[in-house]
This record gives sequence, structure tokens and C-alpha cells, in this order.
Amino acid sequence: MTAIASNPDVTPELEHVKKGAFDFDIKAATKSGHILGLALIFVCLAGMPVGLNDRMLITPVLSLGYLSLLWLPLLLGWLSGNEKVLEGMATTKRGGRDIVRGALIGLIGGLGLSLLIMLLDWFDLRDPLVNWSPQLAELLHFDRSYAFGWFAWPILCATLGALGAGLHVVGPKLRKALVSTLLTVLTFAVFETFIVDIFDFLDDLIYDKQGGLTVISAIIIAAVSFALSLFGGGRAISGARASYRAATGSAKTTQTATLIFVSALALIIIPMVTGKITQELLANIGIFLLLALGLNIVVGLAGILDLGYVAFFAVGGYTTAVLTSPNRGPAWPEWFPTLPWWGALIVTVIVCALVGLFIGAPVIRMRGDYLAIVTLGFGEIIRILFLSDWLGGYFNAAQGITNVPAADFGFAQVKGTDPRSVFYLVLVFAAISIYVSWRLERSRLGRSWMAIREDESVAEAMGINTVNMKLMAFVVGAVLASFSGAIFAAKVGSIFPTSFLILVSVIILVVVIVGGMGNILGVIVGAAVLIGVLGGPKQPGLLAEFSEYKLLIYGALLVVMMLQRPEGLVPNVRRSRELHQDEFLQDAWLKGEVDTDDDDPGVVGDGPEGALA
Amino acid sequence: MRAKGAGRTNIDRFLTLLRVVLLGLILVGVLAFIWQQIDPGNPFAKWTHEGEEARRLSGAQFKGLVVSGLSQGAMYGLIALGYSMVYGVLGFINFAHGEVFMVGAFTGFIMANKFDEAGWWDGAIFIPAVIITVVVCTLVATLTAVITERVAYRPLRGSPRLIPLITSIGVSFFIQNAVILLFGPGAKSYPRNPDWLQDQRTLGIGNFEIVTLKGTQILVILVAAISMFGLWWFVERTKTGKAMRAVAEDKEIASLMGINVNKTIVTTFAVGGAMAGIAGILWGLLFRSVIATTGFLPGIKAFTAAVVGGVGNLGGAMVGGISLGSAESLAPLTLLEPLGISGVTQLKDAVAFVLLILVLLIKPTGLFGERLSSDDRA
Repeated sequence: MTAIASNPDVTPELEHVKKGAFDFDIKAATKSGHILGLALIFVCLAGMPVGLNDRMLITPVLSLGYLSLLWLPLLLGWLSGNEKVLEGMATTKRGGRDIVRGALIGLIGGLGLSLLIMLLDWFDLRDPLVNWSPQLAELLHFDRSYAFGWFAWPILCATLGALGAGLHVVGPKLRKALVSTLLTVLTFAVFETFIVDIFDFLDDLIYDKQGGLTVISAIIIAAVSFALSLFGGGRAISGARASYRAATGSAKTTQTATLIFVSALALIIIPMVTGKITQELLANIGIFLLLALGLNIVVGLAGILDLGYVAFFAVGGYTTAVLTSPNRGPAWPEWFPTLPWWGALIVTVIVCALVGLFIGAPVIRMRGDYLAIVTLGFGEIIRILFLSDWLGGYFNAAQGITNVPAADFGFAQVKGTDPRSVFYLVLVFAAISIYVSWRLERSRLGRSWMAIREDESVAEAMGINTVNMKLMAFVVGAVLASFSGAIFAAKVGSIFPTSFLILVSVIILVVVIVGGMGNILGVIVGAAVLIGVLGGPKQPGLLAEFSEYKLLIYGALLVVMMLQRPEGLVPNVRRSRELHQDEFLQDAWLKGEVDTDDDDPGVVGDGPEGALA
Repeated sequence: MRAKGAGRTNIDRFLTLLRVVLLGLILVGVLAFIWQQIDPGNPFAKWTHEGEEARRLSGAQFKGLVVSGLSQGAMYGLIALGYSMVYGVLGFINFAHGEVFMVGAFTGFIMANKFDEAGWWDGAIFIPAVIITVVVCTLVATLTAVITERVAYRPLRGSPRLIPLITSIGVSFFIQNAVILLFGPGAKSYPRNPDWLQDQRTLGIGNFEIVTLKGTQILVILVAAISMFGLWWFVERTKTGKAMRAVAEDKEIASLMGINVNKTIVTTFAVGGAMAGIAGILWGLLFRSVIATTGFLPGIKAFTAAVVGGVGNLGGAMVGGISLGSAESLAPLTLLEPLGISGVTQLKDAVAFVLLILVLLIKPTGLFGERLSSDDRA
């Protein structure tokens, strides 16, 4: 090891090692094959293929139901070829070996489906397993014969596995082009409703009458995107990104300002040209973005895992409803005022901040994991109280508070039937929240939060009043959630206890984690991708067909992200360094940036923001 | 924790106030309950119930509440053992443990249903059928716990404490929704228990009745006591149990002593899963209904029980479970009702969480103290 460290420039130049076509770890490949088979059987029995079969992607070749099976061998084939590249170790040459391995994995996985076909024929297990149906058997037979399905699946899966593994064999440029082609076609097919909602004329042009792309248009889109990413297009984007990264000082500021201005303009214009579906979607994304930004301060910056964040959303929604609705419950005294929405908003913010203080104070000294459970307990207590008959005179228990009036601004009314107005209102508050988060992150307060997140004892030793700072995080988070609650009340027009399940907390947590804890851009990306595509706890996303499988996917995503990429899609530089401290130090050590005698990570120096992104 | 002698801040004052108010409310509630038992028309009861007389709780009702609290608490205790053991060894809250319990209850439903179709869920053949069901439930729950450990937690060994906690939330979500998709979203009813198990029984000495309870409740308390004893024997008297205690104490030194740490951790998950599986089938026999979300609340309450008893302490987990179960079943009618709160049974779940907050405010180490691993002590 010391030899490598003293000669760092030798390492990348080692030669590829050639290996024979069958010279791979057969045991590991068999294991992946079994995992693939189990995954395929699980997807079948979870009902995805049958449930999604009506949604055509490319008419009449491919439906979303078949896609829910077909992506698995492709992915596992690709993953099988991933090899850990170690500094200073020779890499193996890509070739037939990868393809054979991918095909083997696919074959074993496909045999799993063949087994399922046989079992479906022999036994009737419909009693416990609801999706054990003749429809599933027919789908697995490709509407042909039993034997056809039996042989087709192993062959199909082996081919896909080989193709997935084959992506390692082709050069990086071709690989990029192939992947982006596949993604483009899928995007056009999957987001049909959304695309048609914006560009009306495309409906007859590229989509079939029964939905889904026509075969010809799919081929054309594939060809165009392939050509574009191979000769140009892609390069323009990556070039722009590189120049943005390289820019420094005032040039960077100008570029950032332009970028923000353009995206803000786009966000203002888009709802004007789109239909109601898109506007509704954008409004939902915005409401959850507000929540996620608040949770990002609590979890991402201060490192406090608050699982009862929905409590603040609930208090915000209920306070606004109580202050604006005529149906607020009979027990309120006569003199209790009915305010316009913006007046109620001020009270809501104050109430939420107080609730934040009240919930925060007892939990703030607890250890991180106890705190998580206790906040979850508070979240439940608050929902139970709103639901209870005891306070039913104030909050109408399970009937909820209805008739929450629209938010009236004189020049505009914000109500649920006009999602565009809701979106603009959300946009204003999102802009405020983003600005606040952004300024806070660079303030004394934000730096204290990050210090607490990294090491509470050290932060305290540096003179930070950890208790007050953590309490501040709770209060700021609560205030941001109160915005969301107030808008939610005006948008939906009625507030029920069932809108504030713990589920909401978990989904917001997934948004923050998938996007990237502690990174504002990450949270925006997370909200747009997850709430936009999969949908919120009750709100449908672009993939409305997925509503049944949404929560399963959220759970799986949380696990996969934690295992593979705990720093999120758009990581915060400092945060990802905390999470990968060992690897980071090792890299720096190999490059000779760290003096190996004393183990001081401080020498690495703070690179420019985005260096690791 | 704040060092002694440091200045009192406003937060300390607030917390003291909160403690005093909560304990005061409990005291007033208990006193009001006692007064109402003596004289339902006393002025305090009239004041809290807006002029009407309070309802007096009969002796049989009270005993019924205690028994149902005990049997429910025994199940919380069984689940809490798993939390406690995993927390002792790995130092994180395994949020998905409640789902392991639910998987046990679900397996029990499937088995019981199949046995019922075959006519085995009645008469003399019921006993072997139940034993087979318990064995299968325990195996499936154990398997679930071990698989989650292998897939989700082992790769995260050594990462910051909150990372496995967040992962376990994801696992919990995944299992819950996988069960909904595989077996349907509706509530599943267990087949009817044989009469001799379902009937009310009166225990007593001679003509003096002590308590009347259902056969299933006796079964639950009995099985929980046996499992608890078995676990105690396993942890304190066997070599594997010794290894578990050593790993909980210090992983590195344990491995230096020749203990296979990975194997021991898997054993811990397996034993915890088995206890949850037993709790699952007991839950099914007692409430005769299971749904995919069955595991969530009992899971969190069981964690509360573990905290009440002192995390990492097995006896404490059982005592914590029984205290929580009793508190949950007694508090609504003996504390909240005398205070004039209406619809008290709806607040049952809130009672459990308030108890958690109360314990953490007053005695954060739980009733029996906490055995912490070396990472926590540092």
C-alpha cells in the first residue's frame, strides 16, 4: 500500500486483464439469478403485471404490465457487470464474459417465472394470495399456450440480462446514447397524459387512439434521440454544465442568476399553457415541496429526525380552517373571530411556532432515536386529539371542518377548483421558503445546525448553545409547515383528520432523503420526481396507475437509497463527506493530499460547492 | 445531559412545569376516581360532568379492565423483547419489528383458515393444530427478521445511528405494503375458536370468585410467561446467550474472545423475531382479526414498553409491556373519565404515547435502568 501512495501516478495505467467467457464467479451469478427469479415472482403475485396491463406504452407491443417485469432482468444484468474498481488494481477487460454472466442470471430468473407458470397451473392458491388468478397465467403465457410461456420467459429474460450486461461492453459513448434513447421512449410513453395536456396536437400525431405510442412513432422517437445523443445534443448539455461548474466569481453569480430567472419564468408560464391535470399536479408538488423544505431544515441541516412532522402540517391546516370557516364546530365562543385567509395565515404561523416550541422543548435533550419515536408519538397524539369526540366541539371529530373559503386577495381568489391560482400562491411561498432556507444555511444559525449535525458534543464545546439552536430548527421547520397547512386548507376546502396520518411524515422524509438531505436543490428535485411521478399520500401523480403500488415503492426507495446512496440524488457536499468519511479520506490519501502521519481530515480543504456532485 | 450546577434555563423551567402538571393531573385523576367510587354524586364529579353524576365502575368491570390490560400487555412485552435485544446489541431501533409481529399474525390467519377448512380448528384436534400453527408462525416471523437483517441492516453496520433507523422505517413500509398487495387490503378474520377456549371462566378459591376471564386471555398470559422464561433461560444460561450478552457489551472485544459477532447478531434477530411471531399468533387468537397495518401501532407501543422497562433489559421489557398494557386499558376510565373527558376510549393510543413522554421526562433510563453498549456510554 505504501508503494502505491508514494507513486500515485502509476495507478491508472495498469493494463486490462483478459478472462475467458466462463471465467466468472458462477456461484454469485446463480445467487443473483435466484434473487431475480424471486423478484419476478413477487412482482407477479403483487399484481403489478395484471393491474397495469391495460395501460399501453407502445401499442400493441408493450404494456406497462409487461414492463413491470421486463426491467428487472435488464437491471440485474447491468448490475452484475458492476465491478468495484480499486485504486491500483488491474481491471478485467469487458467482453463475452459479461454477456454470458448476464444471460445466465436472466435465464435463472426466467426459469423462476416458468416455475410460477407451472404452479399456477397445478394449484389454486387464490385463497390467501389475491393475485393468483387465471388472468396472471394468461398474461404469463402471452395469451398463447402454456408451453410457449414456459419457454419464452427464460429466453426473453436471458436476452434482456445479456443486453443489460452488454451495456458494459459497448463504449461509454454508445452506452450513454442507448440508455438515453430507452429513457426518452419510455418518458414519452409513460407520461402520455402529461405531454398531451401540454401539447394537444401530439395526441393524434404520435399516440394511438387506445393510448400508448404507435410502433412507428416509437421507432422515430428512438432514432431521433439516438442520433441526437450520439452526435451533438447531449454534448451541448454536458458542455454547458461543465462551463457552469468551471465558472468562478462574478461569472458564476451571473450564470446562477440567469438560471434562476429562466426557471422562475418557466414556472410562471407553464401553468398558463397547460391543462388542469398539470396545474393540479404542480400545486400538489408545491405543497409537498413546502413541507419538504421545512423538514429539510430539521433533518437535513440540524440532523434531528422528526417523524411527527405532519403534526405541524395538521396544526397549520386546522388553525386556518378554524379561523376562516363558518363550520368550525359549535364550541368556539361567540367573540371568536372569522378572518380572511391572509389574516388567518399570520395567526397560523404564530400558533405553529408555539406548537413547535411546545413539542420541541421536551424532546430536544433526548438521544436521536428516542427523539424520532417521541416526535412520532406527538404526531399521533395531535391527530388523535383532532379526531376525538372530546375536542369534537371544536374540530368536529371525524366529520372534519368543511366549507373553508377560498383565499381572497382582492385581485385573485385561490381555491381548489382553480389549481392554477393555488400553484401561483404555492410558488410565492416556495420562493420565500427557498430564500429563507438558502440564507439560513449560510448564516451563523445554519452553521451551528450543521456543526450539531456533525457532532453535538464538539459543537457544544465550541460554544454553541445546542439546545436553543435545535429548538430554533424545530420552530423554523414548524413555520414552513404552517404555510403548507394554510394553503392546503384553502385548496382542499375541508380539513379531515385522515389527511394527517404518519404516512405523510414518512413520505416527506422519503422526499428529503431521496432528493438529498441538506440540499435545497435536492429537495426540489426530490419533490418534483417523487410527488410528481408517484404522487403524494392521497394525491395522484403522473403515474396514476401506480397509486396501489406507490407506498411499496416509497418503502423500497427509502431502503435502496439508504443502502446505496444515503446522501441522495443531489447531495450536499458536506453531508456526503460525513457519510463517506472513510472513502473520502482514503481517496485523498491516495492522491497524496493528506499527510498520512497524522490522521487530520482538515488538510483536505473545502472544495468548491458541487465538487462531489 | 446538562451537568449539575449549570444555570437553569427557561427550558428546564418549562420541563419542570410539564412534569409537575402531568403528575398533578394523574394525581387529581386518581383522587377524583376514588372519590367517584365512594360517592358518584360528589361535587367534583358534578362539576367535571356538567351537573350529572359520574358513572361508578363496578368491581367486575374493573377486574375486566385489569385482565384485558394484562393480556394485551403480555403481548406488548413479547414484542418489546425483540426491540430490547436488538437495541442492546446493535444500538438502533428496529422500526420494522412491528411488521415481523404482523407477519406472524398473518401467517397464523392463513394456517388457521386452512385448518378450519379441513375441520381441524375444533374439538380435540384443535390442540395439535394450534401447536403446528404456532411453530409455523414462529418460523416465518423468525425468517422475516433474519432476512431483513441480512438485506437491510448488515450492510449498514457501523454507519451513523440514524441511518439504520431510517432504513428500518423503509423496511416497515415495504413489508406492510407487500402484505397488502399479496393478500389484499381487507381485515382478515380468524376462524371461531372452540367454545372451551372462547368461554368466560371464573377463577376462584371455593366460592370466592377472584376474577372472570376468557380462556384465550389465560392462554395468552400463560404462553407469554412460558416464552419469557424460555428466553431468560436462553440468554442467561446457554453459551449462545452468553455470546449475545458479550456482543451487547462490546462487539470488538467479543470478537477477540472468539465470538462470531455476525452469527450472534443473526441469532438475536432470530430470537426477537420468534418472540414477535408468538405474540402475533396470540394476538390473532385473542382479537380474531388481522390487517396489514396491525403491526404498526403495537410495534411502536412495544417500543414504548421497552423504554418504560429500560431498553436492553429483558425483564424490564416484560414489566414495561404489562405496565403499558394496564395503563392503556385502565387510564381512560380511571383517570380521564373522572376528569370529565368524554369519548375516552378513543384516547387509548394517546395514553400510550403520553406514558412514553412521561417516562422519558421523569426517568429516561426506564424503570430498571438501561444497559448500554460501549458506543452509547462514550
